[in-house]
Amino acid sequence: MSSTDTAGPSTEAPRAPDSAGTAADAEAGALLGRARNALGDALVGSHISAGELWLRVESESWADLAAWLRDTEGFGFFSFLSAIDWMPSPFGRDMDSAVDNTLDQPEPKEAPPTETGVSGGDTRFQLLARVSDVTTGRSVIAKADLSTDDLRAPSWVAVYPGADWHEREAWEMFGIDFDGHPGLRHIYLPGEFEGHPLRKDYPLLARRVKPWPGLVDVELMPETDDGGDDGEGAAP
Amino acid sequence: MTVTERQQLSYIAAQAADARVNLEIETEGMTLNIGPQHPATHGTLRIVAKLDGEQVVAAEPVMGYMHRGYEKLAEVRTYPQVTTLINRIDWLGSFANEVPFILAAERLMEVEAPPRAQWIRTILFELSRIANITLFLGDMAVQVGAITPVFFAFRDREHVLNQIEAATGGRFHPNFDRIGGLKDDLPAGWVAETRGAMRKIRAFCDEIEELVEGNEIFQARTRGIGVIPPGVGLSYGLTGANIRASGVDWDVRRDSPCGLVHDQVDWKVWTHPDGDSFARFWVRLQETREATKIVDQLLDGIPSGPIMAKVPVIIKVPAGEAYVETENPLGVMGYYVVSKGDLNPFRVKIRSASFSNVSITPWLLRGVYVPDIITILGSLYFILGDIDR
Repeated sequence: MSSTDTAGPSTEAPRAPDSAGTAADAEAGALLGRARNALGDALVGSHISAGELWLRVESESWADLAAWLRDTEGFGFFSFLSAIDWMPSPFGRDMDSAVDNTLDQPEPKEAPPTETGVSGGDTRFQLLARVSDVTTGRSVIAKADLSTDDLRAPSWVAVYPGADWHEREAWEMFGIDFDGHPGLRHIYLPGEFEGHPLRKDYPLLARRVKPWPGLVDVELMPETDDGGDDGEGAAP
Repeated sequence: MTVTERQQLSYIAAQAADARVNLEIETEGMTLNIGPQHPATHGTLRIVAKLDGEQVVAAEPVMGYMHRGYEKLAEVRTYPQVTTLINRIDWLGSFANEVPFILAAERLMEVEAPPRAQWIRTILFELSRIANITLFLGDMAVQVGAITPVFFAFRDREHVLNQIEAATGGRFHPNFDRIGGLKDDLPAGWVAETRGAMRKIRAFCDEIEELVEGNEIFQARTRGIGVIPPGVGLSYGLTGANIRASGVDWDVRRDSPCGLVHDQVDWKVWTHPDGDSFARFWVRLQETREATKIVDQLLDGIPSGPIMAKVPVIIKVPAGEAYVETENPLGVMGYYVVSKGDLNPFRVKIRSASFSNVSITPWLLRGVYVPDIITILGSLYFILGDIDR
């Protein structure tokens, strides 16, 4: 049932067989067919699993996809918009601090190849959004690859006003520009903040400068310090 | 013409009359900072409101005072460690925060919790809802100047928190949900005690109904105020009671159930056609009462059996992507989990309800009067941790 991938590895095996799942998958397949007709070559990848439909489009058609989803297909509910940085973290899996690395030998940190998830992907940054139709319970997860040189996509604000804050967040956390957004400014971080924290190459400084408590915070309890001669720890 | 339309029109007429007065006496524009420490904001949210006389011309929420970066932190935690963080997103209904994340991880691992765990999960999920919304019911009265109901709310919420504590060990941050089941089974006598707590909550709902809902001042301050049309609400991503109060009959618990057993019991989704502050209050009041009925029915039929499925000691989640959302106390909460087959998630996108619910405020507060800002914010009901994550 996950055989409708047009690009990318099919990583997900079919979900435990429930009758609703297959019906939802069939419905998602029908929607995918309509998406192919409506979007044409702009649709570059898709995936269906557990009744959920992923659509991946060219970044230029990002806003067209939103307009088609809302106006033609009736997906009136905007759930969220964000992005994924597919580059593996250059700091290794745990972003261990220097202290931790001296405790146990660090594995050689060569960058593993960049792999993208369901419905495929060509570039490092990928937009991610989800919309639903609350009357029928259908939903679509939309994705779009962004050119690495120029992180830029059309804004969804004109279609879904709720995308305003989500795009500000994506701009702040990933550095993605949204054309047509009424005012891209910081939403969580202070105005003078530099860098894009959710990018994989942005170090989690708290973990870099401070040892991970679970590993080195081995402190002797006071009563076991020197034989417990003060009698406090003695059993009655 | 419905009641709502009449109310809306009279409100618009009043606004227009006021704008005329403002024009005649040439009031000067003024910027008013509400918060960051206002009781209506449940944390530290600042609203910068540009005023013309008593009317708001533009309002802009300023947030980030409590941004903790959970999406980044989750990338360096193992899956079982992530629940400790996400407990603190909506701190009044914290168990409910854990559920969608655990369900997303379970979907990727193709693990299913045993029936007993699913039932207890659903019970605790609904108890979180009651603990969360109880406070709202008292708090909403504070926004219009009635102090007493909030003390009733704190008093009666305690019964629910005691039950959550008895089962999980934590009043506010249970950290009890596990991939594949639950940490522990229920303690002896818990079922009977919870029934007693549900009776007390129903009595509390009646009390609030008599004390607040019919009150003339409360009605005058909330009816026809802050009206959200359903289409606008949906396009801003409003969920939960906020959208059901606009007449949208949509509840994830009923419409796309996932991993919880709400479909095993008999209950009702409450909606209200008006879409104003009063409707949001009314829907939440009904939902609290409905949740006690759900809990009561679930308590009757908890199946026996194990509470943990067979999962490895060290949890590695297979590569894949999953999005699971549930109907949390504040609205729909979902986690988009990207796994690369590692010990920790590669990326976790947290779709929290309050962030979207509050994103409508610049639209909603335009043109309202200053005192109405407070009742509108109160009725939207957000938790700052749920906005800032």
